[in-house]
Amino acid sequence: MANRYSLWSLIKHGLKHHESWQPAWQSPTPRNKYDVIIVGGGGHGLATAYYLAREHGITNVAVLEKGYLGGGNTARNTTIIRSNYLWDEAAQLYEHALKLWEGLSQDLNFNVMFSQRGVMNLGHTLQDMRDIERRANANLLNGVDAVVLSPSEIRDIVPLMDVSSKTRYPVMGASFQPRGGVARHDAVAWGFARAASELGVHIIEQCEVTGMLIDGDRIKGVKTTRGDILADKVGCVAAGNTSTLAKMAGIRLPLESHPLQAFVSESLKPCLDTVVMSNAVHGYVSQSDKGELVIGAGIDSYLGYGQRGSPHIIEHTAAAIIELFPSFSRVRMNRQWGGIVDVSPDACPIITKTRVKGLFFNCGWGTGGFKATPGSGNVFAHTIANDAPHRLNAAFSLDRFASGHLIDEHGAAAVAH
Amino acid sequence: MSGYRIHRKGERIQRQKPLSFIFDNVRYNAFAGDTLASALLANGVRLIGRSFKYGRPRGIVGFGAEEPNALIQLETGAHTVPDLKATQVELYQGLVAASTTGYPSLDFDYKGLLGKLGRFMPPGFYYKTFMEPVNAWPFYEKYIRKAAGYGRAPVEADPESYDHLHHHVDVLVVGGGAAGLWAATLAGRAGLKTLLVDEQAEAGGWLLTDRRSRIDGLEPTEWLAERLAELDSLPNVSVLTRTTAFALHDGNLVQALELVQDHLPLTERNAALPRQRLHKIRSHQLVLATGAIERPLVFGYNDVPGVMTVAAGHSYLNRYGVAVGREVLLQTQNDAAYDAAFDLAASGVKVTVADARCDGPARWRQDALSRAGIQLLSGHGIARVLGDKTVNGVELVRLDGQRNAATGKGPRLNVDTVLSSGGLTSTVHLFCHNGGRPVWRDDRLSFVCPDEGRDNIACVGAITGRWELDEALAQTHQACLGFLQKAGRATGFLAPKVNGDAISAPRAIFRLPDGKPEGRGAKAFVDYQNDVAAADIHLAVRENYRSVEHVKRYTALGFGTDQGKLSNINGFAIAAEALGKPIAEVGTTTYRPAYTPVTFGALAGAHVGDTFEPRRYTAMQASHDARQAEYETVGQWMRPWYFPKAGEDLHAAVNRECLATRNSVGVMDASTLGKIDVKGPDAREFLNRIYSNAWSKLDPGKCRYGLMLDENGMVMDDGVTACIADDHFHMTTTTGGAARVYSWLERWHQTEWPELKVRFTTTTDHWATVAVVGPNSRKVLQKLCGDINFDPEAFKFMDWRPGTVAGLPARVFRISFSGELAYEINVDANYGRYIWEEVMKAGAEFDITPYGTESMHVLRAEKGFIIVGQDTDGSMSPIDLAMGWAVGMKKPFSFLGKRSLSRSHTGGEGRKQLVGLMPLDAATVLAEGAQILNNTDDTVPAAMQGHVTSSYHSAFLGRSIAMAVLKDGSKREGDTVQVWAHGKSVPAKVVSSVFVDKEGVRQHA
Amino acid sequence: MLRIHCPYCREVREEEEFGYAGEAYIARPAAPEEVDDAVWGDYVFHRKNPRGWHWEQWQHVAGCRKVFVVKRHTVTYEIAGSWTLAEGKALYLSEEQS
Repeated sequence: MANRYSLWSLIKHGLKHHESWQPAWQSPTPRNKYDVIIVGGGGHGLATAYYLAREHGITNVAVLEKGYLGGGNTARNTTIIRSNYLWDEAAQLYEHALKLWEGLSQDLNFNVMFSQRGVMNLGHTLQDMRDIERRANANLLNGVDAVVLSPSEIRDIVPLMDVSSKTRYPVMGASFQPRGGVARHDAVAWGFARAASELGVHIIEQCEVTGMLIDGDRIKGVKTTRGDILADKVGCVAAGNTSTLAKMAGIRLPLESHPLQAFVSESLKPCLDTVVMSNAVHGYVSQSDKGELVIGAGIDSYLGYGQRGSPHIIEHTAAAIIELFPSFSRVRMNRQWGGIVDVSPDACPIITKTRVKGLFFNCGWGTGGFKATPGSGNVFAHTIANDAPHRLNAAFSLDRFASGHLIDEHGAAAVAH
Repeated sequence: MSGYRIHRKGERIQRQKPLSFIFDNVRYNAFAGDTLASALLANGVRLIGRSFKYGRPRGIVGFGAEEPNALIQLETGAHTVPDLKATQVELYQGLVAASTTGYPSLDFDYKGLLGKLGRFMPPGFYYKTFMEPVNAWPFYEKYIRKAAGYGRAPVEADPESYDHLHHHVDVLVVGGGAAGLWAATLAGRAGLKTLLVDEQAEAGGWLLTDRRSRIDGLEPTEWLAERLAELDSLPNVSVLTRTTAFALHDGNLVQALELVQDHLPLTERNAALPRQRLHKIRSHQLVLATGAIERPLVFGYNDVPGVMTVAAGHSYLNRYGVAVGREVLLQTQNDAAYDAAFDLAASGVKVTVADARCDGPARWRQDALSRAGIQLLSGHGIARVLGDKTVNGVELVRLDGQRNAATGKGPRLNVDTVLSSGGLTSTVHLFCHNGGRPVWRDDRLSFVCPDEGRDNIACVGAITGRWELDEALAQTHQACLGFLQKAGRATGFLAPKVNGDAISAPRAIFRLPDGKPEGRGAKAFVDYQNDVAAADIHLAVRENYRSVEHVKRYTALGFGTDQGKLSNINGFAIAAEALGKPIAEVGTTTYRPAYTPVTFGALAGAHVGDTFEPRRYTAMQASHDARQAEYETVGQWMRPWYFPKAGEDLHAAVNRECLATRNSVGVMDASTLGKIDVKGPDAREFLNRIYSNAWSKLDPGKCRYGLMLDENGMVMDDGVTACIADDHFHMTTTTGGAARVYSWLERWHQTEWPELKVRFTTTTDHWATVAVVGPNSRKVLQKLCGDINFDPEAFKFMDWRPGTVAGLPARVFRISFSGELAYEINVDANYGRYIWEEVMKAGAEFDITPYGTESMHVLRAEKGFIIVGQDTDGSMSPIDLAMGWAVGMKKPFSFLGKRSLSRSHTGGEGRKQLVGLMPLDAATVLAEGAQILNNTDDTVPAAMQGHVTSSYHSAFLGRSIAMAVLKDGSKREGDTVQVWAHGKSVPAKVVSSVFVDKEGVRQHA
Repeated sequence: MLRIHCPYCREVREEEEFGYAGEAYIARPAAPEEVDDAVWGDYVFHRKNPRGWHWEQWQHVAGCRKVFVVKRHTVTYEIAGSWTLAEGKALYLSEEQS
């Protein structure tokens, strides 16, 4: 890689006042035609482009992003990564992603700060614990690491959590995935962008798709705010904005775009070493490397593209966090924000061909897309390159909503994530 | 020693109330009215922290919410609060505070040593390294995490409380400076219900610092006192100080945080009052009068302790009687900063002024400078500050008149303090919280709110870019008359008269040049808290992080707890320069709540501890407590789980309860199950549509088990529903599903079938339900009820009868979740406890045994009855559950879920089906959640066939039983499967899910 | 925080009093057994999910329990109006036609 990053490169460039760093990615003028257009320059879209180039040798690719790359949900999520989903199809897809996370920084030569500090899902009722047992056993049999913890074991890992029996919903136990954790979201977008750009992919920012060029039953390209661009294949990876794109192709999808809110505290000395999630009290929390508590809520119930939601959600989530961590009551929220999550009826993604030849969609990740980023891009690249799904995304086609073969991950996705 | 306390006329501190406090284990003296920052400065404490990345020595820069450096830890133990800004901490007697950075000390910091290698740590350097060796990231990360963070979270629970207060007002004015005070005055005089909030301990804003203006001939603080007195006298006006409006949401909902007791010594706080209060304010008309914050200029080593904003230096002097230095260089690009120069000089401070404008300030100012003996260096800028832990000088350069470039060296001055002013930045935040964007004004050199505000939001004063008091008040007056007129109110008020003086235009300069290419000279900081220098912004652009959001995220500009109040515009301007674009095109990053940080506890309010969420109990609660019941959480309910006798654990209790019930009689509180009264001529038709089974031929006096599917064809809820009359049904649901089913019925009726004449009433809380279960249950009922014929032929299984039980009007249902002879007595819930005790008395001769949910689970499992949500998970159709008998395929209406049953996958082969399992070893109880495999080879991923949903030891059968879902289960009866949990396999035989009394004789007794 | 006018209670109330009840005026097939899996699946699952004006249902769960229709913009969250289901339908249909 020409622009290779390393400690040595920092020293070298530091001595030269950092004046010779190369752009992290190029910003070329769009061609008239590409082999593949990816609509959506978030983590999943950039990952798709990268794997198209890297694993399939398809480099005549453009990623079209209506804003600045990585500026959608990739910039707004709470960065949780895990693969401990319930159903085989989901667990195997997320585990594929997790394995890619485990070498991603080296692969991209960009430190995405993937930190495997574990993810804990608390159980507060007998049924929660049954579901945890079921999921843990399924995980183990799917080759996904899983441990079931007792309240005292939880307290050993998270000393500040209230695991007493006095709380409203006493903690009865938890599932724990040691290999789960967090990563730095912006770095993921930038890392994939840089690696893809290095392989010849064109990343075109400030370029919004306004229509699809379809001839008969085949895609020909897209109309954009920077002109028409032709392509043999078009893959849409636009998260909350997917329905809008689908409509341009006359396709209806089972998606609803909801606000998803999150907030951070001020920066604190380390006090939480793992990721804690609770469906019962509705909230999840981890601590970033900068020291901020990163806290996520459930979705707002109404449709929303405004990247903001209602304040009572934040209030209830703060109450949930204090319920779990009474000592956090005096910690302060610094900033709150929201994203647009495309929720599907079974809380599982839709990675699919469509009835328009050459048109593919990768969407429906809802509140849990960040963790799948490399895996999603990887299988979607395969799907586009081969015009057929990868073994791991075959179950996630659009027609499962006709056949009834839903893969219901509401339990594992639960509060969000 | 570089700061000192002086007597300043008009200061706001109270000399007659001296107090002492501790900072970093040293005791200092100060006065009531001081902030921690003003008190430290008065005592000459300059070094307050070490910067985040480079560990550079840092001091106080500002005097309010904009402070980036002075983050302190307040108090200790349970009362500690991390990361407060010293500028916002009101001092009280005995206050204890500590710095939060500097390891091992502020004076000597390891990170500061490492920071000398800062050139190798540009923004984003951590993305470019720490990748080798592979798997070493956790090692690096541990140290990065230790080095990050300011204060420490408490480890004990919060001893103080918080609450919420709702307001509905005509007018909310945010900001109690001159503009806000005037707006509140007009609204108040016009008779509107008005609320004014201000973030500081006393209202007044810049009026507290300004000595030059005259408003209606009065000095600023005189006019302030007059305004406050008038507002106080108006019954329709309230003023809240120490109250920061931190968020604006849709519909003019403003959240504001009031610090109710934070300014009081810990020992003087009233535990009956909240520490802080979250105000939720709805107003018809919102007036944003949030003013403006002065930003500093950016120049070499502008982060040495002793470099502050002009506004800070000015305010410490006039409000707190603190001279921040003895020899001050004041660097400006505008006229307003000169007020500070004069006031400092008049207080005995030696002042030199450097003005970036070659022509300097307005003529009258220059004359005044000469008279005051203050040296003015026009056309000069600071190239670099000298000093390490405190300022000891500056090097200036001469500036070109047109381009922002240095034309030659300027003098070196020996000063101990630098105050800089880069102009004002409008405090636009609230206006932009729900998606609005501010507008760049070249003539104001700031992003501002538009004059016209927007629907029901008026923007007044400096928030619109009107920096001078005369224009600010004039615009405020006009804007307010506007909305008063719209509200049909009197508008005949006179605007205040303010003296206006000539002004020279400011210079559009943000980063003072030092004559060197950016990145080669002294580091010039833009964002202090995150150590972001001007060169860093250039680097970001160089690396193609060109969108303003990319610049922010890559460099961390504006990400700190000050949210970029001092740094944003400087950062955007420097980015604009690097991009070669006008600032207006570069734009701003997104403004988000909170304007200043908000305590989590305040957000939660009273929803903590015992009031986090209500616990629901049945009317029999006290009876269960008296019998030492252990409880299980089921939704919001607390249900008795089991009733252990002395020395019993769960299993012993449950074994006893089950045996007692099947052998004699048991009693269970079933009150939590949902109950919905369904009434109307079309009630039957409605039930036919929402249940999968048939209801047309259920006579009054009869009950039927109802199965409810969602439109996806999966089992959603179930329960027994009784026919009271042809147009009247008593529906029951699961405990957890009650609210959901109630809404479900209403929504389907109202949106899809409004023509059906039927209505629903939730009666869950109206009825208490006592289940009397077992061979002797009839005898118990007969003792309590004389007007129902309990003969088996007269009162059959699945009948119900009205009658009088223990003297109470009751509905008695002969239904059974256990497979035993059983009756459920339903009475007015007010008598729940009474009927429970009466049943216990009547059953005493039969050793009647109360049992809870655990025994209930076992008893129903012995009969193979499902529990929705335990044996089902939303993916099981009624056919999967061997409940085809409950699916009325012949019903004329295509009931909810019916069509989905015939979809290719839902109606296809290889589906998981409900079965029973019996471990080959009768003493082994399978784990609920264990996975079912066909064999024990260790392939991964394993081919899972299903899982165990319910599993118990059956005392009645003397062996273990289980229910499970298994692929093609209905075809596999007799097979042996492997039941796997956590690495261990247990063999079990697939059997029918009915373990006890397959013929159903017992329930028909 | 949305403020919603309940056409039955005839008052504007806080969002917290209401439950969101999905896209409005979705037509359930009159004869489900006569449509194929794709058409049925479209009815059960597919939604307009517009980036723009949306006709949606809200239920006044903490009040009168009535379900009514609201026309709301999904980007600005501006509410154009709220009507009873019957009244709203006429407006909705006329919009669909144009």
